Amino acid sequence: MNLLLLADGRFPAGGHAHSGGMETAVAVGAVIDLKTLTAFLAGRLATAGLSAAGLAAASCTLLHPWEALDAEADARTPSPALRQVSRRQGRQLIRTARTLWPGSILDGLASFTAPAPGAAATPAGPHHPVALGAAAAAAGLEPLDAARATAFNAVTGPASAAVRLLGLDPVNVHRLLAQMAAAMDDTAHLAAEAASGPLSGLPCPGSVLLDLYAQQHAESEMRLFAS
Amino acid sequence: MPPDPERRALRVGVGGPVGSGKTALVAALCRELSERLNIGVVTNDIYTTEDADFLRRQGVLGDERIRAVQTGCCPHTAIRDDISENLEAVEELEASLAPLDLVLLESGGDNLTATFSHGLVDRQIFVLDVSGGDKVPRKGGPSVTSADLLVINKVDLAPMVGADLEVMRRDSVAQRGDRAMIFCSLRESDGAGAIGDWILSEIQSWAAANPVTKVIPAPKA
Amino acid sequence: MKTRSRIGASLAGGRTRLDCIRSCAPIHVRQTPDGVYLVGGAAGPLGGDDLLLEIEVASGATLVVRSAAASLALPGSGRGPSTVTVHARVAPGGTLHWLPEPVIAGGGCDHRIFNRVDLAPGATVVWRDELVLGRRDEEPGRVESRIDATIAGRPLLRNLLTVGPGTPGWDGPAVIGNAGAAGSLLAAGPRLPAGPFPATALSGSASILALAGPGALACALAPDSLELRRLLDRALEMMTSPVPEA
Repeated sequence: MNLLLLADGRFPAGGHAHSGGMETAVAVGAVIDLKTLTAFLAGRLATAGLSAAGLAAASCTLLHPWEALDAEADARTPSPALRQVSRRQGRQLIRTARTLWPGSILDGLASFTAPAPGAAATPAGPHHPVALGAAAAAAGLEPLDAARATAFNAVTGPASAAVRLLGLDPVNVHRLLAQMAAAMDDTAHLAAEAASGPLSGLPCPGSVLLDLYAQQHAESEMRLFAS
Repeated sequence: MPPDPERRALRVGVGGPVGSGKTALVAALCRELSERLNIGVVTNDIYTTEDADFLRRQGVLGDERIRAVQTGCCPHTAIRDDISENLEAVEELEASLAPLDLVLLESGGDNLTATFSHGLVDRQIFVLDVSGGDKVPRKGGPSVTSADLLVINKVDLAPMVGADLEVMRRDSVAQRGDRAMIFCSLRESDGAGAIGDWILSEIQSWAAANPVTKVIPAPKA
Repeated sequence: MKTRSRIGASLAGGRTRLDCIRSCAPIHVRQTPDGVYLVGGAAGPLGGDDLLLEIEVASGATLVVRSAAASLALPGSGRGPSTVTVHARVAPGGTLHWLPEPVIAGGGCDHRIFNRVDLAPGATVVWRDELVLGRRDEEPGRVESRIDATIAGRPLLRNLLTVGPGTPGWDGPAVIGNAGAAGSLLAAGPRLPAGPFPATALSGSASILALAGPGALACALAPDSLELRRLLDRALEMMTSPVPEA
């Protein structure tokens, strides 16, 4: 049940305000219909989704220092805009998760990422996949669950944004999500398997377009979504 | 982490339908109160950073005092169901401008069912205007019935749009009992005077109920 | 074929000296006035090839590596994927510029590129990767290109680009779209500008990203290799204009 709670789009941790690059993809005319949405979601799952799922699963093992996970997440996120978004979402997730599943796991992560007294005005915050993995562990879930929730969110977040931005039939979009269920599961298994090895071996598939979209979005004046 | 309670400001939500005058009210309040209070503003305008730009143009608040939050097409979600982004923005303002006395949080334009979560704001103001018709208060809805202050704006237009202010007052009282209600025209120079006074008195009563919070400065002579 | 080549550069009498070159077919190493050139001595890489190039730049030395021509990845005769691994180590105060010509993903290829760049504190690197998706009017084969860069053992950049048949969504609107060529340029080291770089500094299809660790990555998509090079050359200029010493 905790997995369903954590992956639910209604989990109050700010997810609804993020489009995962969809807002810019729609703005530049790259996603216009169900067909282009399908290709977007497949690519996003295989790149950003897999990379995040690996980090979440590794975080959930509780075998690695937060600092090492943080550095691995940074190295897999070349876009400064996406690093900022990731830390912001991570902060919000930890805030909520600490109330739901209080304890030493999330306290430890929160204190690692708290800004040092007198440090930069913008507080850091854990990367979102690291936070999600820690929240999953605090909720008694397994690394595979953390990877599942991450892969699921990597697809459903932008899909929901596409429904709002393009007025697509929500039933058709959900049919597409159902068709992608096996791919999401495969991604989660790949991620969880990699998470049993060293951090350097976690998947690191990148997406040039998602990086470019994120930078454009951060400088855009016309924004409905936070990313 | 939530900031030190000693520097926690009173958080006031400002909601209301599109075009009712939320941004104008925030701007007027900043003008009215900025000499006495240390103020920050979070705006949730769903289309652009237009509201923040409006406030900047009014010259009432510096850029560093305004945060724009994107709500992903769901203004009510961001103030009620998932307040994370707004809470972040409020806390960032409080952390960077401490000590703040007042944070005004302006919702994106929404319908009569949009209310702020008590986890996000301490008080909420709902702004209607007479041009929406004098039957709006009668329709009720959570915003009209539960707001701490109901503002009915653009009373100067009432004769032109055939709105009966007395009907609006009577219906509002029926819906809201003795909760505060203010009729005003924010286009006029001191249009927000009474609302500013209401906020000052709410800060006093809130501070009294939350003694760890620092005491606000005495009202200017 | 499985080969292991090696280039070592060190500082001697104030000048960089190549004190170790071991070149094995199909990679031949030639020294020229403007750097070291890799000259492809045979077709390929072909399926089944496993080529390793080790580069070591000692403290204070500067090494520039280029290649004479693009390399064309092609399928072999059912002997599995082709692999090219480059492992570079740069010592404190050393500088490595890795500026080879593009890799072309020939039709039917199954090619893997592993770049490992280990920097000591105070080392400088400029590292360019270019991938062209097939020869003219050709559907590209499959290529995986991965870079792992570290500074003092701490990860700086880990990135994998996979294209070609069997790769979900690679030519869709979340990965590289309909680009004919994709490339990146990593620049890290003391006295290089750290950014931030404006999103529109290059064009809509390229951007310079300020990394979390010290350094920046330009990434670019283009219709062809010429346009890709034009974008990355501009990026190179912006990313390597030295910052005056304070």
